[in-house]
Amino acid sequence: MSLLQVKGVSMFFGGLAAISDVSFDIQKGDILGLIGPNGAGKTTMFNVVNGFYAPSRGEVFFKGKKISGLKPHQICKLGVARTFQVVKPLQRMSVLDNVIASAYLRVNNRGEAEDIAREKIKFTGLHDDVNVISKGLPLGKRKKLEIARALATQPEMLMLDESFAGLNPAELDESIEIIRKIKERGITIMIIEHHMKVIMAISDRIVVLSYGQKLAEGTPNEIGNNPLVVEAYLGEAESA
Amino acid sequence: MKRYLPLIILAILAVLPVIGLSTYMMHILILVIMWSVIGMSWNLLGGYCGQVSFGHAAYFGVGAYTAGVLYSKFDLSPWWGLPLCVVVVALFSLVLGFIVLRLRGPFFALATLASGEVMRITAENWVDFTGGTMGILIQRRTWVEKTWYFYIILIIAALTFFMIKKLVESKLGYYFVAIREDQDAAESLGINTTLYKTIALCISGVITGIAGAFYTNYMGYIDPHVVFALHDISIITIMIVMVGGVATFWGPYVGALIMVLLAEYIRSIPGLGAAHQTFFGILLIVIIIFLPNGIVGDFQKLKRLVGLRRASG
Repeated sequence: MSLLQVKGVSMFFGGLAAISDVSFDIQKGDILGLIGPNGAGKTTMFNVVNGFYAPSRGEVFFKGKKISGLKPHQICKLGVARTFQVVKPLQRMSVLDNVIASAYLRVNNRGEAEDIAREKIKFTGLHDDVNVISKGLPLGKRKKLEIARALATQPEMLMLDESFAGLNPAELDESIEIIRKIKERGITIMIIEHHMKVIMAISDRIVVLSYGQKLAEGTPNEIGNNPLVVEAYLGEAESA
Repeated sequence: MKRYLPLIILAILAVLPVIGLSTYMMHILILVIMWSVIGMSWNLLGGYCGQVSFGHAAYFGVGAYTAGVLYSKFDLSPWWGLPLCVVVVALFSLVLGFIVLRLRGPFFALATLASGEVMRITAENWVDFTGGTMGILIQRRTWVEKTWYFYIILIIAALTFFMIKKLVESKLGYYFVAIREDQDAAESLGINTTLYKTIALCISGVITGIAGAFYTNYMGYIDPHVVFALHDISIITIMIVMVGGVATFWGPYVGALIMVLLAEYIRSIPGLGAAHQTFFGILLIVIIIFLPNGIVGDFQKLKRLVGLRRASG
């Protein structure tokens, strides 16, 4: 059964259609890559699934339950967590406190929340920075903190919005490893990414958006050989 | 040692009246403690939860008038105002919060500022109920001596201190700070920001309201210009926390001590007394430039600044 279903979702801002009539499913345990040129509507799609926007048309279902129209905190409680493209750490809090704040979603006492937080921090490789105030973290670590924080809400589905952008090659490898490990834990992942190498390597399925419309959907192989996708990314192929 | 510091300070304060301070000194002490209660309550909402209110006079005044109206209309002891204002101010905060908590940042600040003024004008004009600008005079004062007033406000302050300390260290405290740091991130991490902001506002409002009810009992006279005052209540509350240190445990106490003493001192200077608010304004500018985290928050920096002056002098 599919874990998340996006059915005919459109999102209008004024007269502009940021997303028009997009549908796709995510199977439990899969990694779904969401790609497309700038302005294709990828982050808008995240904001619709996450509840920041109620879709203008269409519906989103999570585990068969309609979640479009719910508030972000309700959707998070149901088991959908996300990270932000523009990282939003709780700046004046330490790394540990950041993660504890989200661990409190499922537990009520400090000890349990701290146990969860420490485990997620170790998992994402931030254990050397537990007591650093998050304002002072370099970008790569802030991106990891976003992931740790999202994981601390103990989600069934994790949405990663460009968690690799701006990372150096070493950090990139680490992050790919982290995502593989998250998948091993049985958490379904939806990921927005520009690094084609990364997305091709880790995704089970890929959905391509362009100008708010679904251009293609399929396995990495199918997408790589799809002339429409190549055109959207590289411009029209020269007719010889 | 540091863990017991609050208890030690409480014990010292508790024996102070026994050694026979002058009435004036007792009055100053009572004011300092009352203002630290208001400062603590503002700090919970403004410092920890990040919702900067310019209208705490609204809660102070509603608390004060709860006690006053009980006396003037229902012929009950105004002391009943203390427990009753918990209910009255909580309801009032819920209604007000429903309106102002939809707004963020500067818009929230402006809406709270307006709410304080709306309450003042309402109290001035609803003559049948509040007595209008004539105010309410409590003719039967409970005590002439200050001692018992001192103990009552001391108990209120101690309870407030321990409650806020517990709160800030709990799940709620984490949620408040998360909301302050980034409301969207907090919301997407499963924090019901509307609910928790409302909780912060209610707790903050009720504590300020209790201080207001105490004020009615202590001063024996209230009118809208005094208890709903923008500059003398709302702004001073913010100054106390700014001077002491936003989002610190001790900030409101240090701030209240400095502000009350400073106000008393400046008022006593001939020819300058009327200009005390000018001095507050200058003080606030100095604090914002040199100690943006307040005296408690920037204590290390303050020590360095003072040390520097000594070294060069």
